[in-house]
Amino acid sequence: MNEFEPVVKDQAARDAAARVADYEHGWSSDIEQEYGPKGLSEDTVRYISAKKDEPEWMLEWRLKAYRHWLTMPMPDWAKLNIPPIDYQAAYYWAAPKTKDGPKSLDEVDPEILRIYEKLGIPLAEQAVLAGVEGARKIAVDAVFDSVSVATTFRKELESAGVIFRSISEAIREYPDMVRRWLGRVVPMHDNYFSALNCAVFSDGTFVYIPEGVRCPMELSTYFRINAENTGQFERTLIVADKGAYVSYLEGCTAPQRDENQLHAAVVELVALDDAEIKYSTVQNWYPGDAQGKGGIYNFVTKRALCQGARSKVSWTQVETGSAVTWKYPSCVLNGEDSVGEFYSVAVTNNHQQADTGTKMIHNGKGSRSTIVSKGISAGQSNNTYRGLVRVAANAEGVRNHTQCDSLLLGATCGAHTVPYIEVKNPSAIIEHEATTSKISDDQLFYAMQRGLAQEDAVALIVNGFAREVLQQLPMEFAVEAQKLLGISLEGSVG
Amino acid sequence: MPVNHTTLESETSMLTIHDLSATVANKAILKGLSLRINAGEIHAIMGPNGAGKSTLGYTLGGRPGYEVTGGSVDFDGQDLLSLAPHERAAAGLFLGFQYPVEIPGVSMVQFLRESLNAQRKARGEDPLSGGAFLKLAREQAALLKLDPEMLKRPVNVGFSGGEKKRAEMVQMGILDPKLAILDETDSGLDIDALKVCGEGINAIMRRPDKAVLLITHYQRLLDYVKPDFVHVLAGGRIVRSGGADLALELEEQGYEGAVA
Repeated sequence: MNEFEPVVKDQAARDAAARVADYEHGWSSDIEQEYGPKGLSEDTVRYISAKKDEPEWMLEWRLKAYRHWLTMPMPDWAKLNIPPIDYQAAYYWAAPKTKDGPKSLDEVDPEILRIYEKLGIPLAEQAVLAGVEGARKIAVDAVFDSVSVATTFRKELESAGVIFRSISEAIREYPDMVRRWLGRVVPMHDNYFSALNCAVFSDGTFVYIPEGVRCPMELSTYFRINAENTGQFERTLIVADKGAYVSYLEGCTAPQRDENQLHAAVVELVALDDAEIKYSTVQNWYPGDAQGKGGIYNFVTKRALCQGARSKVSWTQVETGSAVTWKYPSCVLNGEDSVGEFYSVAVTNNHQQADTGTKMIHNGKGSRSTIVSKGISAGQSNNTYRGLVRVAANAEGVRNHTQCDSLLLGATCGAHTVPYIEVKNPSAIIEHEATTSKISDDQLFYAMQRGLAQEDAVALIVNGFAREVLQQLPMEFAVEAQKLLGISLEGSVG
Repeated sequence: MPVNHTTLESETSMLTIHDLSATVANKAILKGLSLRINAGEIHAIMGPNGAGKSTLGYTLGGRPGYEVTGGSVDFDGQDLLSLAPHERAAAGLFLGFQYPVEIPGVSMVQFLRESLNAQRKARGEDPLSGGAFLKLAREQAALLKLDPEMLKRPVNVGFSGGEKKRAEMVQMGILDPKLAILDETDSGLDIDALKVCGEGINAIMRRPDKAVLLITHYQRLLDYVKPDFVHVLAGGRIVRSGGADLALELEEQGYEGAVA
C-alpha cells in the first residue's frame, strides 16, 4: 500500500490548502512584549546576556564576536539584491512578558499556546497523545521571538538520556558540554551573519544524544517571529555521540509586516563515530507581498561536523518563504567513510530571491556525499543553487553525486546554478548533473483534461518534480511541505 | 448496433457540433464543421494529414491556443465551449492523446486518483477511497493487459509507445467518461496491442449511454472497433459521411478518390 501514501498525503494537503489564504501565518498576535534596547551596541549584547543570566565566559564570547563583527563587511558574493540593512533600527530582544521563564506548560501564557495551536503545532503533550491513532510523538521546543517558551516531552526524553533544552537553559545547566562544542562547527569569525548571531543570539535549542541511543521520538523546534522591528537570532546545537541517532525538525513562520525583518540563525551539528543526524527544515517565513514589500531576510549558517568514522548527516530543506534566502547547510566530512547528504527544494515566487545550496568538504577517506537540489522559480523571482564540493589532498576514495534541477514557471523568473568543485585527490569520483525545464503546456493540458483544475495541476506537477526531496521528509512534514509548494505558487501560471 | 441517420434528431444526442470554426496560431484549421453523435454510437473520423483531425480533438477538449472563432458545441445539454478543460472532463469528456505526456515524479495511481476525485467532487459525488480506487485501477489494468505495477510508475515516464496507449485506455476505464475522443490511439501499436486496445474500447465504451469519436488515419483499428458512422474530414470540415463500409472504400481508393 506504500504507493498510495502520497495520494493520501496530498489529499490532506489539498484540504488544508483549501482553508488558507495567501500567507496563512500572516497574522500577528497581541502579546504583551518586553523589548531590549533598540539598536546594536555592546550594551545590547550585555543586556541580552544579563537577561539570560549567563555565565561570564558566555558574555565575553558574545562581546568578542560583536567586536569582530564590527570589522566585517556584509558579504556581497551571492546573487541577491539586498538594500542596506539598518542594524540600529531593529530590536534584538523581544520576549513575552513574564517574571521568569515558564517552568512547565501550565505556566506558559495561554495566548502563546493558542498561537502555536493556530500554527498547527501540538505543544500540549496531551494533544499529541490524544492525536490520531498511530501518530508519532514529536517533542517540541517552541521559540517565540527571542525566547523558548516551552519544551515538551522532557521526562520521557530524559529517561532515555537525551538532553533536549532551550540553549539558554543548556548554557546554565550543562555549561561544559555547551562550551565544548559551541562555535566549534561554525566559528564566530566564520562569516558576517554567524558573527552577528554569536553576539546577539537570544535562544534556540540544544540537543545531546548519548552514546548508542536512538532518540525515541522526533525532536523539533518551531520558530515564530511575532514582535515588530525585531530580528530573530537563534542558535541550535545538536551533538550525537557515538552510535546515536536523532531526527530533528525545524519549522518557521512570521506575521505579515511591511518592513523587512532579519533572521540570522546558526545551526551546528556534531556527529561522532557511527552517529546519524537527520535535520529537516520547512521554512515558511513571510515572503513579502506580491510587489516585493516586506518579508524576512533569512541569513542562516548551518553546518555539520561529521567528525566520527561512518558518521552521517542528512540535511533536508523545503524553502518556500522569506524575501531573501541566504543559506548553505553544509557537511564537513572529517570521519573516514562519513556521509553527507543535502536534499533541497527552494521555491521562489513574486519578488523573492533565494541563493541556497550546500558545501560538502571531504577531508575523510572514503567519505561520500549526495546533493539533490530542486529549484522552482515563478513570478519575477530569482533562484540560485550555489554549491561547493571540495576534496582534500589526502582524502582517498571520495565520492560525490550532485543533481541540480530547475523548474521555471513563466518567462520572467530566473534559475541559476553555480557549482564549485575543488578536487585535490585524483581518486575522487565527482558527478554533477543539472537540468532546467519549464512546466510545459502539454503537461498542464494533459492533467486538466483528466479533471484537475489548473492550480491543482501545477501543484501536482511541482510536487512530482520535488518528489525525490519531499520523500526524505518525515511524514508530518511532507504533508506540510506539499501544501506549501501548492500555496507558494498560487497564481503563478496563466 | 448502427443507428440510422433519421434518428439524429432524437433526444439521445450526446454531442452536437454546429458550424465549428477554430484557429491555431491565427491559422484557420476548422472551417464550419458540423457533426452529431448520439449515445450508443461509435463514430470514426478519417482524413488526410493536416485536415484538422487532431485540432478537432484539442478544440473539443478546450486546449489553450485552440481558439474557437465560430459555431457551437452542445455536450449533453451543456454549452461545451463555455467550460474550462477540467470542467469538460468532469462533464464526461475524455481525450485519448496521440502522444501521452510524461509527468515525472507523479505516479499513475496518484495522478488518476486525484483526477477522478476532482471530477467526482465537481459532480457532487463522494471521493473514492484508496481501497476502492485500487480495486478499480487493477480491474481496468487487467482489461488492457497492463501490468498493474506500471500504475506505480510515474505517468508515462519510460513507457513504450504501446504501453502509453494501453495506459490511456486504462485511464479511460478508470475515469469512465460519457464521450471518448480517441486521437490516433492506433498509431505506434503492434498487431497484438491493437487488438487489446480495440477490445478495451469496446468493453469500456460500447454501451447505450456512451459514445466514441475515433480519430484515425487507417482502417486497421476499425477491424476491432466497428464504427457505426465514418466521416471524412478534409479542409476543416466533414466532406463525406457513411457507414463502416466507407472506411474500406477509403482504404482502397485513398482520400482523394473518395472525396472527389
